Amino acid sequence: MPNHDQELDASGLNCPLPILRAKKTLNGMESGQILRIIATDPGSIKDFDAFAKQTGNDLLESSEEGGKYIFFLKKK
Amino acid sequence: MSDEKKLAIIATKGTLDWAYPPFILASTAAALGYDTQIFFTFYGLVLLKKKLNLKMTSLGNPAMPMPMPVPVFMQAMPGMQAMITSMMKKTMKKKGVASVEELRDLSLEAEVKMVACQMTVDLFDFKHSDFIDGIEYGGAATFFEFAGNSDITLYI
Repeated sequence: MPNHDQELDASGLNCPLPILRAKKTLNGMESGQILRIIATDPGSIKDFDAFAKQTGNDLLESSEEGGKYIFFLKKK
Repeated sequence: MSDEKKLAIIATKGTLDWAYPPFILASTAAALGYDTQIFFTFYGLVLLKKKLNLKMTSLGNPAMPMPMPVPVFMQAMPGMQAMITSMMKKTMKKKGVASVEELRDLSLEAEVKMVACQMTVDLFDFKHSDFIDGIEYGGAATFFEFAGNSDITLYI
């Protein structure tokens, strides 16, 4: 599991809030830093993949543990 | 010209349920790097009011899931619209769905440009002071100025 610089807990939030919160958090981060995101919205698996592809931020890891979805995004 | 993608939306509906698509899509597009504009016309204009008081109805919408079957003539009874609106708001909150106000704020924060149809403002006798700050007023030509260079245009 990658180390991370910041964490965002988007548990309980539904589309499109996890993406919007992630974008906002990334805005305040430096290039190359890593954001760990926790979400419970099952749609977020595909959405964070799509977000990464379209914004150029690197989705390092996407996993599920105990009903939570964990993402690691590296800021472009 | 920048190589930024552009999204142009026309928002024509002012009910609670139909308020969601323009703001969800606009805020998300902005997060993905789209230059985004929403043109609000006719009933969609109420989505720009300072104080939102959006309602919804099950009438004419047989696809709306109801907790129990309610005959159509009962759905037309006084108070039903308020009840359905309040039930929907509660469900949305419980499911972690953002409020329309929140999505509108997030859209504005992400620099989504919002244009109110001046003709509709006149038609419905609205005043500019009824609406939130930071929006513009214009007509069809204003919409096309942006939409003509857009990658996606949606009529909602």
